[in-house]
Amino acid sequence: MILSVRDFSIGFQREGESLVAVDGVSFDVEEGETFVIIGESGSGKSLTGMSVAGLQPPTAFVSGSIRFKDREMLRRPDAELRKMRGPEIGLIYQDPLSSLNPVWPVGDQIAETLTAHGLADRAEARKRAIEMLERVRIPDPHRVAAAYPHEISGGMRQRAMIAMALAAGPSLLIADEPTTALDVTIKAQMLELLAELKREMALTIVLITHDMGVVAEVADRILVLYAGRIAEIGPADAIMLQPSHPYTAALMTSAMISQTPAKQDLNAIVGGAPGLGSFPAGCRFHPRCPRAQHDCLSVEPPRRKFGTVELACHYPIEAAMPLEIARG
Amino acid sequence: MALLELDAVSKTFSQRRSGRAVQAVAGVSLTVGKGETLGLVGESGCGKSTLARLALKLVDVTGGRIRFDGTDVTDYGSRRMLPIRRRLQAVFQDPLASLNARMTIAEIMREPFDTHGVRLDSGLEARIRELLSFVGLENIDIQKLPGQFSGGQLQRVAIARALALEPEIIVADEPTSALDPSIQAQIVNLMLQIQRKRGISYLIISHDLDVIGHVADRIAVMYLGTIIEQGAAAEIMERPLHPYTQALLSAAPTLAARRQIGWKRIMLTGDPPNPANVPSGCRFHPRCHLARDICRTDVPPLRAMPDSSRMVACHLAPDVTGQAGADVGRARRGLAPAN
Repeated sequence: MILSVRDFSIGFQREGESLVAVDGVSFDVEEGETFVIIGESGSGKSLTGMSVAGLQPPTAFVSGSIRFKDREMLRRPDAELRKMRGPEIGLIYQDPLSSLNPVWPVGDQIAETLTAHGLADRAEARKRAIEMLERVRIPDPHRVAAAYPHEISGGMRQRAMIAMALAAGPSLLIADEPTTALDVTIKAQMLELLAELKREMALTIVLITHDMGVVAEVADRILVLYAGRIAEIGPADAIMLQPSHPYTAALMTSAMISQTPAKQDLNAIVGGAPGLGSFPAGCRFHPRCPRAQHDCLSVEPPRRKFGTVELACHYPIEAAMPLEIARG
Repeated sequence: MALLELDAVSKTFSQRRSGRAVQAVAGVSLTVGKGETLGLVGESGCGKSTLARLALKLVDVTGGRIRFDGTDVTDYGSRRMLPIRRRLQAVFQDPLASLNARMTIAEIMREPFDTHGVRLDSGLEARIRELLSFVGLENIDIQKLPGQFSGGQLQRVAIARALALEPEIIVADEPTSALDPSIQAQIVNLMLQIQRKRGISYLIISHDLDVIGHVADRIAVMYLGTIIEQGAAAEIMERPLHPYTQALLSAAPTLAARRQIGWKRIMLTGDPPNPANVPSGCRFHPRCHLARDICRTDVPPLRAMPDSSRMVACHLAPDVTGQAGADVGRARRGLAPAN
């Protein structure tokens, strides 16, 4: 186990009120797997993922524990966290321009991640930056190394960002919506590249996304967050093809456009996800849930084992019911 | 007769810095029939949003004609367009950006009536309430500003506003792309319901083939300013014939594809193309795994395929591309390739 999150909560003070955005989340990530955190806006998926790298917003209050290779990440001094980001934990984001410095050649930026951590001298770092650009399948690494970020295409920038995240040899890669802004054909290239790099560099990947197509392709295990709490967690096949939590089922069926006869209504969830500060009592999904009973309005469902998954739901969809029927 | 007809339209922009001309749309012909949905698919930079703006007459064409309900409106100025605009409305990707943030929902909803000098006997407020409840916003406070609503709610407001003057066609540019997945499905359903109830036509522009495949009667696929495949939606989703359409369809994995062991996608190499630097011959040839000599030299015309309404601009379709197309269609439905 490379990562162990226990009873993790994060929240903010707003007008004298404590608003909890992520509430008591626990999960483990095994070495070498692709662990996907799914959720919609306001679910807390990015807060959770970023906190693993010690990148929670400075104004947030946190509790619980996040252990990466048996070291506690919460409440760790910034200087020590900085030492870990790069050599131990790599990060990629939706917008490569947010991690690339616009006034610095790409190659120098990659080299800097090595020299800053004392992993190479300048000449060696430059050589390894070129190798890293080759490794992310950039066809002319010398040209790209000398270019400024705005001088290369969006796809190349995405690759350069990945090269920078992986240059110092981390074992864990956290990817926050890395393909969301990309065209489908470029998205496909990125997913393929990440899969190859994962094999070559023995990476563990924590991927944060709301794109079910991406999830379908890469996930080994999935954590579904809803309004700051765990709805369901388990093996990808079980979660995607036989979801037990009504929210997961609704997410999957609303993503199953290609299996709904053309021009017929999709099985959409009613309403919208609640915002911070307006989470409902009981099960937070109950106002949108087609299966909600009286107790769902007031009693918070405890997390429990259910078949091959764990979920928090009083009335889960029975296992062995294929998705097509569950849609009904 | 088609309601909206684009006849060989082109749009050339001149680049500010270099002064070079960039052709964003290069001779595209499309029609949208009454009550029909045409889905226009393509990636960023293919010219699909420019085409939407041409169809809406928000920018002028540099070549070709635009006809609305049989009338040539290509040279119409804004005053002559006013009566046409009542019948031709628009919905955009980001409702927060397309709705005026300083106006209340009531003011936003009132605007089309004011612009077109429409007076209602039953009262404006009642009509606004009726429109909002039609799109599923029964009880919202219409004195609030857009910033106080969610993206899904605002897209419903944008649709209600587009419906205010009972248009015959709505041009929707990426109407679901900025929304959460569960909200996307709601907006797709709303658009389908509106069409069933009012017989409205749509020109829907999106990069999302799943959405387009679901809502469209016909699909046109755009690449670097031109249409490269066009036909009935079901036929294209089941058996795409242009290698680019095949790559697009196989690039976006479906849940069904996950079930199928050994599923493999058609991978495009290289970057998306640049309209400032159009390749010779077939515009797609530098990224096409099937490309041969003729593709590098001769522009493939958009031509009819035998035994169907399909038009494909590829030298090798359907003979060389047909089998791969059928396999892509099967993979999306979770089926193994046919042997």
